[in-house]
Amino acid sequence: MITKRIIPCLDVKDGRVVKGVNFKGLGDVASPVDLAGYYSKCGADELVFYDITASAEGRKLFTDILRETASKVFIPLTVGGGINTIEDFDRVLKSGADKVSVNSGAIKNPSLIEQAAKIYGNQCVVLSVDVKRVDGSFRVFAKGGREDTGLEAVSWIKRGIESGAGEIVLNSIDTDGVKNGFDLEMLDAVCRISDVPVIASGGAGSIDDFITLFKTLPRVDAGLAASIFHFGTVKINDLKRKMAECGISARIMED
Amino acid sequence: MTAIADYGVGNLFSLKCSFASIGEDAVITTSPDVLFKADRIVLPGVGAFRDAANKLRLSGLDKVIISEANSGKPLLGICLGMQMLFEKSYEYGVYEGLGLLKGSIQPISGVIQKGLKIPHMGWNPLIFVKDSKLFKYIKEGECMYFVHSYYAKAEDDSVSAVAEYGAPLTAAVEKNNIFGCQFHPEKSGDAGLKILKAFAETEAIK
Repeated sequence: MITKRIIPCLDVKDGRVVKGVNFKGLGDVASPVDLAGYYSKCGADELVFYDITASAEGRKLFTDILRETASKVFIPLTVGGGINTIEDFDRVLKSGADKVSVNSGAIKNPSLIEQAAKIYGNQCVVLSVDVKRVDGSFRVFAKGGREDTGLEAVSWIKRGIESGAGEIVLNSIDTDGVKNGFDLEMLDAVCRISDVPVIASGGAGSIDDFITLFKTLPRVDAGLAASIFHFGTVKINDLKRKMAECGISARIMED
Repeated sequence: MTAIADYGVGNLFSLKCSFASIGEDAVITTSPDVLFKADRIVLPGVGAFRDAANKLRLSGLDKVIISEANSGKPLLGICLGMQMLFEKSYEYGVYEGLGLLKGSIQPISGVIQKGLKIPHMGWNPLIFVKDSKLFKYIKEGECMYFVHSYYAKAEDDSVSAVAEYGAPLTAAVEKNNIFGCQFHPEKSGDAGLKILKAFAETEAIK
């Protein structure tokens, strides 16, 4: 049976991983290529590279780094950040991305999902959504969670799937950074309407948070996190072993 | 030398790099002559069957691949490339494949239980059906990375491994010098590289 995926997310700015990383035995902790290689060896099932640079030079560095990573790390790579046009899809796919994640770009231009899915296939298009509770409803936020779009999240996601998104990353702004577990209520609402894989993001603070996630919501396909992996709070191989002990299907790397 | 057939479908960069990482000289080529001179051939593929099969025919590489495979040269089809080894596909119509293996390509929605997500996407352990040269360096139960909505329904004994996803779906095939994997060995971590290494060690059957 298919395994539940564990996905570290790397924020890359001007060619370096930002947010402190703290690893023994890793030469350059801020090198995306080295960190990607390390995670691949630890059993990460996929990697997300998030480009947070705004400048053209930064963007060029990002694609160079992506290309170098893809030449050395042989697990699926998803790229997000600054994806607004088909040209952006083309640029990162040619540099070695397997999937491309759209967020604000799809809010500005919803037809981007459909266009990209037609050219590259649904499996290539990931819809990433930042969601926050406003007046008792789930609201989509844009621009890294700074701007309330007024869109209702579940219907926005449904529309995205109908347009051809092959996967959903649901990031709960309410639980993000709190490290007290994933947003099970919000995830449940999305899982009920999604016939494509759902990746949970925001709130993981411990191994138990992942166990609770997959036990409570069997329709969630993957868990994504950044700092708890970067800081070594949760080691991916320990997490995978615990998942297997708890009867959750996981891909275990042999030592 | 291993030749990767380039007929204008998908990005072959990872595939070439994955061969390089195991020390195998792999060349991406559009040239029938390079396929002819190569020790073995890889037929990659992503997207829809009809488009890929058309492009392969327009490239003229299909004839060389068939004649080289028939002469005993090792051939590895990957993902849609594996599906094209079969006689025909029922993806959005009926389209002809290379016919090197007996069987057809069918939607997985017809065999898996309702409620399972399509495509079958993610890591799934291999269940061996028979011995295969490709499994020289791996054990049963190792996970590979899959992304597909159609599967190969073989009508010969070519299936060497399946992956369980509501039904046993064809994961790998082998018949004499003809090999295929539905999964992406170039995206399946160390286990996938071991599959490529085993293929890089295959030799032509005289």
